[in-house]
Amino acid sequence: MIEREQVLHVAKLARLGLSEEEVSTMAGELSGILEHVDRIAALDLDEVEPTTHVVELENVLRADVPHQSLAPEVALAQAPDPVDDAFRVPSPQAEE
Amino acid sequence: MAELLALTALEAHQAMVAGELDPGEYADAWRQAAAGDQLNAYLWREGDGDGGAIAIERPSIAPVAVKDIFCTEGVPTTAGSRILEGYRPPYTSTAVRRLLEAGAPVLGKTNMDEFAMGSSNENSAYGPVLNPWDHGRVPGGSSGGSAAVVAGGLAPWAIGTDTGGSIRQPAALCGIVGLKPTYGAISRYGMIAFASSLDQCGPLTRDVSDAALMLAMLQGGDPCDSTSVGLPATPALPDREDLSGLRFGVPGELASDAIEPGVREVFETTLAKIEQLGGEVAEIALPHAEHGISAYYVIAPAEASSNLARYDGVRYGMRAESSGDVIEMYEQTRAQGFGAEVKRRIMLGTYALSSGYYDAYYGQAQKVRTKIATDFATAFADVDFVVTPTSPSVAFKLGEKTDDPLAMYLNDFFTVPMSLAGIPAISIPAGLAEPAGGGPQLPVGFQIAAPAFAEQKLLGAAYALEQGIGFDARPEGVPNG
Repeated sequence: MIEREQVLHVAKLARLGLSEEEVSTMAGELSGILEHVDRIAALDLDEVEPTTHVVELENVLRADVPHQSLAPEVALAQAPDPVDDAFRVPSPQAEE
Repeated sequence: MAELLALTALEAHQAMVAGELDPGEYADAWRQAAAGDQLNAYLWREGDGDGGAIAIERPSIAPVAVKDIFCTEGVPTTAGSRILEGYRPPYTSTAVRRLLEAGAPVLGKTNMDEFAMGSSNENSAYGPVLNPWDHGRVPGGSSGGSAAVVAGGLAPWAIGTDTGGSIRQPAALCGIVGLKPTYGAISRYGMIAFASSLDQCGPLTRDVSDAALMLAMLQGGDPCDSTSVGLPATPALPDREDLSGLRFGVPGELASDAIEPGVREVFETTLAKIEQLGGEVAEIALPHAEHGISAYYVIAPAEASSNLARYDGVRYGMRAESSGDVIEMYEQTRAQGFGAEVKRRIMLGTYALSSGYYDAYYGQAQKVRTKIATDFATAFADVDFVVTPTSPSVAFKLGEKTDDPLAMYLNDFFTVPMSLAGIPAISIPAGLAEPAGGGPQLPVGFQIAAPAFAEQKLLGAAYALEQGIGFDARPEGVPNG
């Protein structure tokens, strides 16, 4: 069972603002889903290797050759608030 | 015009090569058809303008409808999300670039569940896509727009993405062919990421031959995607006439009560057809497949929560007005930009990856994944293919499952195990069945899965079965070849 405090903690980790209504529905929905998911917790898989990649691949390497990348003005063109050659964001220190 | 639209993409290509069909006239006919979209299936069409960077001068292949998850330079790319409204990528994905280089123009960008999270297309920020067979029902998802345009006569063929069934399930619900290739067969460069250990691009087409032709254009390794390896050889057009010498395994564990009676009947009829065509049907065991949904709904949200961290209102997409600090700007942007299902999965994934829970959830799910892959490997030592219904039901009604996320997730019961194992699987239309609640008949998909990189063999068997079934039903008003 997921409690309200856990929802708020996880939302903070995810940088996700939630309304009061979302917090309460989320607690119920996540609990229901996790209850189903918890069925795998009971399986004895201590000796099993986890799958990190489904297709066997050798390490993929490429030559370290410089190449043309996006021009700064192109990379900045889609930004909500570009300034000079940078992305502008609100100050990390909130004004009171 | 109806005559032109009745051609499959392969037939049109052959006619263009033979000089019997004018490529410009053919492309125009499709542009006109796409302009008549009443299914909310397109988010952008070539006729809407602004297609400069991806326009091609001399088409020689049928135009393609592209799921709006593929970046197209200068052309709006939303992934079905409000957070990317108005976004015009500065580059084109490798999959689309390959189509353009082969001579296939982009006909339009198709609607989808937000960031490919969903099985009904009701999670799009731009409204649901309607099923061309019954406008009161869902087309499936997440590639619902791509499936609906092909089934509804609004595009000759389409590409989509499949993470846990997002190509195969909508193909089944719309009565067309959908192929999820082996993980790594097609480059994902420029394909907006959902769950990176699962996502794969693939074709949605009218028939198996078109799927083979499309796969031949798309497949191949790409220096821009280190997970892409391509197929051992370029797929040839399938021409297999029967199924003699081939063994088809039916998982005993998947004979679940959750299958609608109509779907079960079509499935049984198709197994009989396999035997008529000289194939053998055997029962096999996939003892861990029943845990597929649990493992998937840990792995996919966990990876999504990480992939979606990039949408923070800084480099692209929308930014919420906020008077606070940068953290508040992130939180408000994501609160306003993401829809309910995306938020739910970010929460679920962040929880599963958070301190103290990682081993119990993500670690355990990755082990279940190993067991499922091992189950398939054991089965393939005995049979050539594993077959199941693609979806436990035919297309369901709009709004029927939106209040119960878990019920929606269980739609993916038959498609998720193949995704977890990274193996190729195709859905072909096998017949029509009445929905559980009654009503006009709707298409039923039959899923065939093969070992990794066995696409050629898979397409051959699917083709022979397709010819044997002879499915030729179309939604009302759609030209039929």
